[in-house]
Amino acid sequence: MSDTSLVKEFTKGLWKEIPPFRLVLGICPTLACSKAFNNGFGMGVALTFVLVCSNILVSAIRKYIPSKIRVPCFIVVVATFVVIVELVMQAYTYPLFLQLGIFIPLIVVNCIPLGRAEAFAYKNGVAASAADGLGLGIGYTLSLSFLGSLREIFGVGTWNGIQIFGADFQPFTFMVEAPGAFVCLGLLLGLMNLAGKK
Amino acid sequence: MRDIIRMIVVLGVLGAVSGGGLAMVKSSTAAKIEYQQIKFVKGPAIKEILNGCSNDPLVDRFKVMDGEMERSFFVGVFNGKPTAVAFEGYGTGYKGQIGLMVGVDIETDKMLGMGVTTHSETPGLGSRAKDDPKFRAQFKGMSINDPFKVKTDGGQVDAVSGATITSRGVCSGLVATSEFYNRLKPQIVEQAKAFAK
Repeated sequence: MSDTSLVKEFTKGLWKEIPPFRLVLGICPTLACSKAFNNGFGMGVALTFVLVCSNILVSAIRKYIPSKIRVPCFIVVVATFVVIVELVMQAYTYPLFLQLGIFIPLIVVNCIPLGRAEAFAYKNGVAASAADGLGLGIGYTLSLSFLGSLREIFGVGTWNGIQIFGADFQPFTFMVEAPGAFVCLGLLLGLMNLAGKK
Repeated sequence: MRDIIRMIVVLGVLGAVSGGGLAMVKSSTAAKIEYQQIKFVKGPAIKEILNGCSNDPLVDRFKVMDGEMERSFFVGVFNGKPTAVAFEGYGTGYKGQIGLMVGVDIETDKMLGMGVTTHSETPGLGSRAKDDPKFRAQFKGMSINDPFKVKTDGGQVDAVSGATITSRGVCSGLVATSEFYNRLKPQIVEQAKAFAK
């Protein structure tokens, strides 16, 4: 595998196949965990770790996995890393763990790690799979952080807990409610489609 | 047949490796997780009750077995002496269990303070047992052996207005707490000595 294609596998996750916008995968945590910048960022980092580790492991043992039981095998691998993330978050970032709550264990059934294991890691080498996982993970983190920032800035008037506007700012609370997540995601998707159209 | 055996072996090995790995991570993070839970769930109440102590009560803690149950005690050092302990008891409120953190001076049995840690009472009514400092403050200075009762039941405790059932739950919880405190007192006094500075 040459260096240029590794770079290609990495960068495709940042724009061409950026998960929530281009692949429209992993939407459930995208909507639920983008209330604030730090929530989105934390969720993104957790997913990136799971994605890179599961991609590497699936790719490394792909020759031994019989294709009939590949999906249960992928789930065991993904679930293992998810539980590791959950325990580590509980041990070191307890407040963030409380906020993300159920969405951390739900990474197991998130389409992204399972989808990448099936569509990419099962067919490609370890280095390429790692690059693929890292690219998509970073793309996901950026998307969630951006969405979280937008919603936090307009919905609460802060960014990462820091006041942005003066005390006179009337928060647009609609943005931090569930419908605000849909509207925000829809608008961003539309903008990205517009930008991607030649 | 060979196919089936291969599938069983692959999935079995994968499951075993994953289980073993997780057990390792779990045991290496267990102490840290326990501390985090104490810090964020019980920590605020403990800090308030043992206000002014010279040690970190979240670190200086010990456990005593009470029959089947394991109870944690947090030690507060005042003037170089470990004279105060904080511990959690439970009462039954309007909507389930109320966790009560109680601080007691082990020399005089006087309460240093009381705080609610966990509850599922009605927000704005029963939840004021946790949030209203006035309700909590009245317990300071009472003896843990007092027969806690709300005033409408002929006792000495001012109930949170609009939340008599919650207040009764707090009182009965305190009575239950004093029971196990007295039962375990010899062990508590013995173990607390170890924290003298």
